[in-house]
Formats: sequence, structure tokens, C-alpha cells
Amino acid sequence: MLTKRIIPCLDVKDGKTVKGVNFENLRDAGDPVELGALYAEQGADELVFLDISATLEKRKTMVELVRKVASKINIPFTVGGGISSIEDVSALLNAGADKISINSSAVKDPGLIDRLALEFGSQCVVVAIDTRLYNGASRVHTHGGTKPTEIDTFDWAYEVEQRGAGEILLTSMDHDGTKNGFANDTTSKISLRANIPVIASGGAGKMEHFIDVFKNGKADAALAASIFHFKEIKIKKLKHYLKENDIIVRC
Amino acid sequence: MKIAIIRYNAGNTQSVIYALNRLGIEPIVTDNQEELRSCDKIIFPGVGEASTAMNYLTERGLDKLIPTFKQPLLGICLGLQLMCQHSEENDTKCMGIFPMNVKRFPPKDKVPQMGWNSITHLKGNLLKEIKENDFVYFVHSYYAELNGNYTIAETDYILPYSSAIQKDNFYAVQFHAEKSSEVGAKILKNFVSL
Repeated sequence: MLTKRIIPCLDVKDGKTVKGVNFENLRDAGDPVELGALYAEQGADELVFLDISATLEKRKTMVELVRKVASKINIPFTVGGGISSIEDVSALLNAGADKISINSSAVKDPGLIDRLALEFGSQCVVVAIDTRLYNGASRVHTHGGTKPTEIDTFDWAYEVEQRGAGEILLTSMDHDGTKNGFANDTTSKISLRANIPVIASGGAGKMEHFIDVFKNGKADAALAASIFHFKEIKIKKLKHYLKENDIIVRC
Repeated sequence: MKIAIIRYNAGNTQSVIYALNRLGIEPIVTDNQEELRSCDKIIFPGVGEASTAMNYLTERGLDKLIPTFKQPLLGICLGLQLMCQHSEENDTKCMGIFPMNVKRFPPKDKVPQMGWNSITHLKGNLLKEIKENDFVYFVHSYYAELNGNYTIAETDYILPYSSAIQKDNFYAVQFHAEKSSEVGAKILKNFVSL
């Protein structure tokens, strides 16, 4: 049986790992390559590296980081942040990334999803969707979740799949950083309709939250950052716990 | 020991190089016929779309060359599918090393299958010391049918299919051994030691 996946996310700024509460107040949480290797060893199923560097110049260092990660780590990993062209993607995939994730650039230019899927295959195109309740409705937000758009989150999830996305990384900005659990209703609504995998993100605080997001949220994978970085939850322990609770995981 | 990776437009070439490097092996990447023939082992990677990849191979004569190799050859992911008879992906005639057909997963679950799944009914040296139900990493929308003669590992996703196959010196795995943690590394090591 196909397993549910546990994915630690490493926010990277200028080559170092950081994690903000609600994407603000960044704290340093270590070296991305070392941390990634440690997670792989502990049983992480995949890794996501999200580049939050402010400048193009500093983003270029991401290709070097991808090379280091790929040479050292033997599980799949996704790279996101500031990707907006075929050339960006080509450089990252050639350096050894398995998938790339696009967010604001896809909202701005939805045709980018089609072009990337055609050029590199849907399997490596992850569309990240940051959603937040805005005037009572789920709306897609861009720019690290700070800028609301008029786009309905559920319509957008459907559209990105039609355009050739291979996976959706859904982050609830209302839940992110709260440690009160994932947005299970929103996640299940999207996952049940989608024919591609959905990674749930935002809100993980306790091991029970992962059971909820797989059972009730119908997520294919769950992503978290700070609770892993600060060792509040150990991946090995989490996977054994999920297995004991009848969630199919690799451990 | 000289190990070659066949140079073509396969997306996972760099990852395969890194995986071999981690085993202390420095592979060469080439599409030169003589160079390939002189190698002890050959790896045929693959990520992408079947007809585009077959066209690329055909233009360079690799579709005729690959089935003539006598040394151990390992196909990975799309590599496995191209070694079969025919793929439903854009109705592509493949190399026909294996008599099986490659079909699209019926839409009873999410397609592609993406993630870790177990391998069972393991046979042969490639999978030596790999345990029944060990997990490996898959990303694919098409699968090779089961075959009593050539299937050396099975996986179940929507239906049971061939996750590894072997015929004489030709080996192939549907999963990404290069990304399948310790289990994948062991399988690559087994291949190198054949």
C-alpha cells in the first residue's frame, strides 16, 4: 500500500535554515544540509526546501545548496521560493532537485504551470497554495501569505490540476504557526476532489494532529517545520505513533 | 569497474550519479556506442514522457543498441517502461526487451502514484537481502503488467504490477532506487556487485 508521507520543511534564507511564526520573526534553526540529512536518517519521507531570500542574487546560491543536498541525501526533495521561469526550474532540476514548487508566480501567470508540466513533466511540478479566510471565504494569498487575491482557493486548486500540476501543497495561513492542528475541512474538500496528491501544511503542534489530517483531512502527506526543527516532535516517534493508529507509514 | 549511465534526456541522471557517488563509484555518462560497450555495467535512467524519450533514443540509434548489450543493464522508472513492448503513453512502441505492455493506472485512485510503497514476491540477486514489504519511492502514472517469467518484485497500487523485472542480463525497476533511502542504495549496490 502507498504510505502517507511526513515532510519536514526547511525555510532557507541566504543559505541558512529559518522558521517564522506566521512567517514573521524568523529564528535560526540550523544548517539546511545537515538538518536535511538528519531528517532523512530519522525517517522523513521527503524534504521541502523553501528559499525565502529577498534578492535574486542570494537566490542563485540556492542552486549550490541543491547540489549539496542532492549529493548527500537519498530521499526525494522539493525546492520552492522565487521560481518563475523554465530556466529557474531547469537549473534546480539539473542540480538534483526532484520537484520544484511554485506559488505567487503561478497565480500571476497560470500558464507557467502548463509550460513547466509540458517541459519537465507533471511529476516535478508542485503548486503551493497559501489560503486564508478573507471576508468569510477561502482566498488564495500570495507573497508568503501576506497578499490576498480575489481567487477562490477551491477553484484555484481545481485549475492548477487541470493545468498540469502534479501535486498541491496547501498551507492554511490561518493555522500556520498556531500549533492547533491542520485545516482539515479545507484540506479534505480539496483532496477528495483532486486526482493528484495533496500535502497539508500549517498548524501541526501535536502528534494527534497528524492522525486528524490523514483521517479527516484526507491528506496524502503532511508537512511541518518548527515542531521538527525544535525537536518538539521526533519524526521516528511520530511515524511509530501513526502506525500504531492504523495510518500506513514507512517505518 | 567501469559503470556508464546512458546519456539521453532523462530527468534523473544527476540523482543517479549522486547515488552511485555515495557508493564510492564515479560513473561516466555517455551515448557513445563503443564507450558503452566497453563498460562493465550500464544504467538506463528515465524521467519524462515515453514517446519523446523513444524518439530521442531512436534518433541516436540507442533503441537498437540497448537490446544488444551483454553486460548487466539496469533500467530505472521510465527506463523500465521503455524496455517493455509497448506503452499506452502516447501509443509508443518501445524496445521490446521484455514482452510486457505498459498501461495507464485506471482512475480509481490518484494518478500518478507518488510516494513510498512496498515491494513483495522478491526474487533474484538484484533484490538480495532486501526484505519483503520494504519500502521504495515511486512516481509514475503507467505500470508494467505482471509476468510470471520476468517479474522479480510486485507492488500493489490500484492493482498489482511489476515493480522490478529481469531477463538474463537486463534488469529494471519502476521505483527510484536512487531516491529510495537505504533500501534503494542496497539495490544499486547489489546491481554494481552482479
